[in-house]
Amino acid sequence: MSRRVFITGLGVVTGLGETLEDFWSGLLEGKSGVGPLTLFDTSQFKVHFGGQVRDWDPDARFGHKEARRIDRFAQFALVAAESAVKDSGIDFAAPPVPPERCGVFIGSGIGGLNEFEEQHRNLIEKGPRQISAFTIPKLMVNAASGQISIKYGLKGPTSAMATACASAANAIGDAFKAIQAGWADVMVTGGSEAAITHMGLGGFASMRALSTRNDDPQRASRPFDKDRDGFVLAEGAGVLIIEAEEVARARGARVYAELLGYGMSADGTHITAPDEEGRGAARAMRMCLADGRCNPEQVGYINAHGTSTGLGDLAETKAMKAIFGDHAKNGLMVSSTKSHLGHLLGASGGVELVASALAIHRAALPPTINLDEPGEGCDLDYIPHTAREVRVDRVMSNSFGFGGHNASLLIGRV
Amino acid sequence: MSIEERVVEIVSEQMGVAKDQIKRETEFIKDLGADSLDTVELVMEFEEEFDIQIPDEEAEKIQTVGQAIDYIQEHSK
Repeated sequence: MSRRVFITGLGVVTGLGETLEDFWSGLLEGKSGVGPLTLFDTSQFKVHFGGQVRDWDPDARFGHKEARRIDRFAQFALVAAESAVKDSGIDFAAPPVPPERCGVFIGSGIGGLNEFEEQHRNLIEKGPRQISAFTIPKLMVNAASGQISIKYGLKGPTSAMATACASAANAIGDAFKAIQAGWADVMVTGGSEAAITHMGLGGFASMRALSTRNDDPQRASRPFDKDRDGFVLAEGAGVLIIEAEEVARARGARVYAELLGYGMSADGTHITAPDEEGRGAARAMRMCLADGRCNPEQVGYINAHGTSTGLGDLAETKAMKAIFGDHAKNGLMVSSTKSHLGHLLGASGGVELVASALAIHRAALPPTINLDEPGEGCDLDYIPHTAREVRVDRVMSNSFGFGGHNASLLIGRV
Repeated sequence: MSIEERVVEIVSEQMGVAKDQIKRETEFIKDLGADSLDTVELVMEFEEEFDIQIPDEEAEKIQTVGQAIDYIQEHSK
């Protein structure tokens, strides 16, 4: 019998807000966190909107000196981690287990892209001697994990997963396994991303991966809809506190849900296009169910990857049908919270597991907004438009990334 | 602005301390908590502001605000 692992703290930074209440009520009320981008002049770009974190003032949050040393993506991670730690009730100044038993796994698809661009401008405009000494420690993908471990003095397993849009799900799954394996008792885990930059926006736009619905940004992210035309670039962080059952019980922690299963796979076919039959995605889901000793029929809700791309949503639907069989068409509920938030890339699996944990704990399922008419082959119950107050006991969360990475997580009611 | 005022301005901005707390004898590491990255950044800011180049072996000797002001006064064009 392996160790049980509980989710006890949640924290988010998103376009829908930074508190759990704003985040959750926004999802249930069908709000969109998407709007015009104001981080830089986008007039020369094909896309002018996204899921931007609003009113972010690094100096006010970190002090000027610290703010200069930490890229926006790691700032998001630190703030989401602080919320999650507070929410869990753990005081790391007097931790329930020694700091060597506490670790940090934070994923990010790209890392400090803002810093990379700023210093590249310095290189071109001022020369190599004016490249900041903070460049590398700001832009590295593991800066978020490192900064969190430093802030709280955590000295256990600490790493950073980089599997594009599956990064956070892989980080959380790996953290779950680190506790099961006995490497750690408490993990701070999730993902963070701040890639709404010239290169991020321009690069994804050039791939034709992004929706170009510039005249109606809040209706642009429409997973599984027949008029979907690409994903909406977003930024933010989602961080969770997970801990071994005995630690949570001993300190009387509030438990949102239990982490039950984790599966991952590779498509092994193309660097960006998903396997059209969703075979890789299906293997990750099957492995996840087997890991959690869970029958498909026990899963009540799936928080889908559902990015609002033509190929991706269809492939995921095929994969869900392959794994869940009759249950997929009869009882299983699916939604994509990317319809509200846009796509947080390497942070998406973090905010989506936060939403999944709240779905169990608060007995409500967020809808897929903007799903007016399902696209061809998209024929599951995607909870269109309106949230459902319904108790589900098992929830799966899917995340798939460029590179062909697939990750699925399973959580359950305690 | 004098060289001294411009140096104080840069140190204040970089290290996040009030200008009235920055004296000639203020040490970057001991008094302002600068680490190795901060000291490199400070030197780079001085180089850019005063259009000079400070060789690494000279930069290592600059440990106080006064030493920075003196070096810049001697070497700025």
